[in-house]
Amino acid sequence: MTPKQLLSAPQIELLLHRLACQLIENHRDFSATVLIGLQPRGVYVLDRLVELLQSHYGIENLNSGKLDITFFRDDFRRSEKPRVAQPNQMEVVIENKAVVFIDDVLYTGRSIRAALTAIDAYGRPSSIELLTLIDRRFSRDLPIQPDYVGRQVDAIQNDKVSVQWRETHSEDAVYLIKESL
Amino acid sequence: MKTLSVDHLLGIKQLNENDLHLIFETADHFKEVINRPIKKVPSLRDVTIANLFFENSTRTKLSFELAEKRLSADIINFSAAQSSVKKGETLVDTVNNILAMKVDMVVMRHPHPGAAAFLSREVDACIINAGDGTHEHPTQALLDAYSIREKFGEVAGKRVVIVGDILHSRVAISNIFALNKLGAEVKVCGPKSLLPKHIESLGVRVEPDLQKALKWCDVANMLRVQNERMDKSYFPSIREYTQLYGLTMPVLESVKHEVTVLHPGPMNRGVEISSAVADSDQAIILDQVENGVAIRMAVIYLLAAKLIKPEHP
Repeated sequence: MTPKQLLSAPQIELLLHRLACQLIENHRDFSATVLIGLQPRGVYVLDRLVELLQSHYGIENLNSGKLDITFFRDDFRRSEKPRVAQPNQMEVVIENKAVVFIDDVLYTGRSIRAALTAIDAYGRPSSIELLTLIDRRFSRDLPIQPDYVGRQVDAIQNDKVSVQWRETHSEDAVYLIKESL
Repeated sequence: MKTLSVDHLLGIKQLNENDLHLIFETADHFKEVINRPIKKVPSLRDVTIANLFFENSTRTKLSFELAEKRLSADIINFSAAQSSVKKGETLVDTVNNILAMKVDMVVMRHPHPGAAAFLSREVDACIINAGDGTHEHPTQALLDAYSIREKFGEVAGKRVVIVGDILHSRVAISNIFALNKLGAEVKVCGPKSLLPKHIESLGVRVEPDLQKALKWCDVANMLRVQNERMDKSYFPSIREYTQLYGLTMPVLESVKHEVTVLHPGPMNRGVEISSAVADSDQAIILDQVENGVAIRMAVIYLLAAKLIKPEHP
């Protein structure tokens, strides 16, 4: 079945602006905040938000990092396709800081659980929030909910939500791919 | 996901070039992990590993143990000196008894060449060879090549000379396999009595003169003279060996370009390597030890990924 486009490039741009504004509302000058993009795909959202916050909204001294959760996943030796690790870039202090995890799609919540364990190795943040571009709200395995959502999507278990970025594809877009039965 | 082409690590000979690169890339990630404030990941929390050491070891045993702990595996240690092996139990019986306690992986060092390969055929567990007699010591060769890669960016095209007791050295054999597969040029250097016959068939060249070898190479891997494996006298005296094959500061400085010095340990200071060289900036001996933990984490992690999946009740 052909993929159905959920979001176009201008729509994604608009969502990112709203998410940036919501972050500013809660984190003001970001002096006590660290934005953490989750590898591999959350870092694209992070990079866009950082770019917007700095160039469009004039936020200076933004602290951010990129966290890899491969070795903290709960499906090692269980998943048919084990993941390849990505580089960690955590040259930030998170102790007593308000951390915001940033990911592209929130699905089962298991990646976020792994990220909550992985972040322990770097210190004790004062709080952790979750920002996700797409929230597949009917697919959660764990009691994890996002604090900032770009768009909620109702997709059944076998559907796939694919987020594409202009860095790796021709343009920004989000597609819903229905599993053929 | 890339996976290893093997289910056991018996030697470098069985690995292909992709395996080596996969191990190095995975080790890069683990090297970052072991430099964090909390140097531990939970990947192997449901895996149990037995370390069986039928031969003395300090560095390798500690390094494996630390690598296993950093991956959150449960571990049991076994030394032949305090075991029923002394009472006449066979290797297969010893290991099967340990496996009956639900062990998934076995790291083994044994004085007999081929012991790890033999065990992999006889018992139902993943086997990692931590040195089998004069045959192979794969994780040492991996960490040596990884240290060269770290220093120079890549191993391909580098010139490496392995100096000393090649005849009794499993490190030399595994190094030759690893370096050849990665595209380095390898020479061996040592007294003729300590070079195996037909060593050239492994794709290396022999250079009996240390000076000439050093002038040619980028990296010198200095091996220890393994007195414990020598059944007869292979050279007239330690003093003569040191004069001809010992790496001292004057010898190293007589070479115009910088030569990086490796040593697998334990060092005999004043025999194959002088204290001044061992402690100089050209020696990356302690980097090798640090890299050893990352490499062993990578090997264990990648092999654990190939274990039979845990049963869901």
